[in-house]
Amino acid sequence: MQIPLENILILSAFLFCIGLMIMITKRNIVVVLMGIELILNAANLNLVAFSQYDAEKLQGQVFALFVMVVAAAEAAVGLAILLLVYRHFKTANLDQISKMKG
Amino acid sequence: MNPQISAFGMAFLFILGGIVLVLLGLAVASLLRPHRPNVEKLAAYECGEEALGSVWGQFNGRYYVIALIFVLFEVELVFLFPWATVFGQKELIEITEGRWGWFSLVEVWLFIGILVLGLAYIWAKGHLEWLKPQPQDTDYQSKIPAKAYERINRTYQKNKT
Amino acid sequence: MVLLLFYFFCFLIVVSAFLMLLTRHILYAAFLLLLTFLGIAALYALVGADFLAVSQVVIYVGGVLVLLLFGIMLTHQPVGGQPSAAPQTESRNLWWGALTGIGFFALLAQVIYKADFTSKAWIVSAESQKRLLNNSSIPHLGANLMTHYLLPFEIIAILLLVALVGATLLASRKS
Repeated sequence: MQIPLENILILSAFLFCIGLMIMITKRNIVVVLMGIELILNAANLNLVAFSQYDAEKLQGQVFALFVMVVAAAEAAVGLAILLLVYRHFKTANLDQISKMKG
Repeated sequence: MNPQISAFGMAFLFILGGIVLVLLGLAVASLLRPHRPNVEKLAAYECGEEALGSVWGQFNGRYYVIALIFVLFEVELVFLFPWATVFGQKELIEITEGRWGWFSLVEVWLFIGILVLGLAYIWAKGHLEWLKPQPQDTDYQSKIPAKAYERINRTYQKNKT
Repeated sequence: MVLLLFYFFCFLIVVSAFLMLLTRHILYAAFLLLLTFLGIAALYALVGADFLAVSQVVIYVGGVLVLLLFGIMLTHQPVGGQPSAAPQTESRNLWWGALTGIGFFALLAQVIYKADFTSKAWIVSAESQKRLLNNSSIPHLGANLMTHYLLPFEIIAILLLVALVGATLLASRKS
């Protein structure tokens, strides 16, 4: 008994859209980063789902592993930038950070 | 049972199911139980000091660097697990006449060495140092001379021995 | 049995992701994200990627989520020391956001059903030859990482080095 591939793909499409909506509507930088993590997870889910038909090389799983590492690095650098922004503007609200050359 | 789930995957599913069921139990309980808070119940300590201020304080930014280093090394650690399962495999070593072991060992040393280089750089540049507030010197002149303290110390030292 | 487990974890992911979208409290969103990550890890285990399931827990739950919580606590300034000054977020562009999300989901769902992946030649051949995964994928992954994917493996180390040095220089006040 196999899990139908379509269901996993639909689930990951759902996760992707939720992440997109979070990125568009929420105004706090940390929450926007959470939306980005959801989107990356949705992509990973697709890669792993297709990887079960590639048992020789496991390309999907290796790719998903690399995506995870890049996501961790992205979160680390993104939050460091957030700290800098917060020190400068004293807020983490994206709408109030609208000045360049502050 | 589905042959596709490995034995370890099954155990992992049980662990995850356990965690999720505990959380579900807590969630259902919070829906069912009566909710009648009063000042005494909401106090942080039943007896002892009255808590002052808010719990939502702001943390110091220096903690972030420590968390960052932890996370990046943890990510590196994840890659060592698949390496460890194949590093000492007898068949692979015999097929390649012993070269496989050295090859994978050098690869992993390179892998770790690159990141340790970064840690050494940060350490040498002093980003790991905890900036403490400097004790400030005052120009206050005490009327009691320093000799008096020394004499007290000496007498107490004598009494002890 | 497996299908039942699959739908249970699907339900968990869908509900917690949806609540993440609705809640205004940032910390609630973080803990709902934790539930979502755990559900995705369970799905990985269900489709035969047991090592990825564990690394999902280690990297995302143990790493990225901790960093996000740090980000929340470091950038939140309680207003006037009120006891209920929990970190919250505002919402904007509600209609545009909902429209984009739902429209995109409809598009993706249509594409997925139209593409009919299960009748693609390579998937059918893989299923008929029973070349599916049937035991732990960790040794396989390890051998692949050491041979086929050696260059990406070392480049990952360099990426981590750059992230470590760059983020530390950005975050520490000394520079």
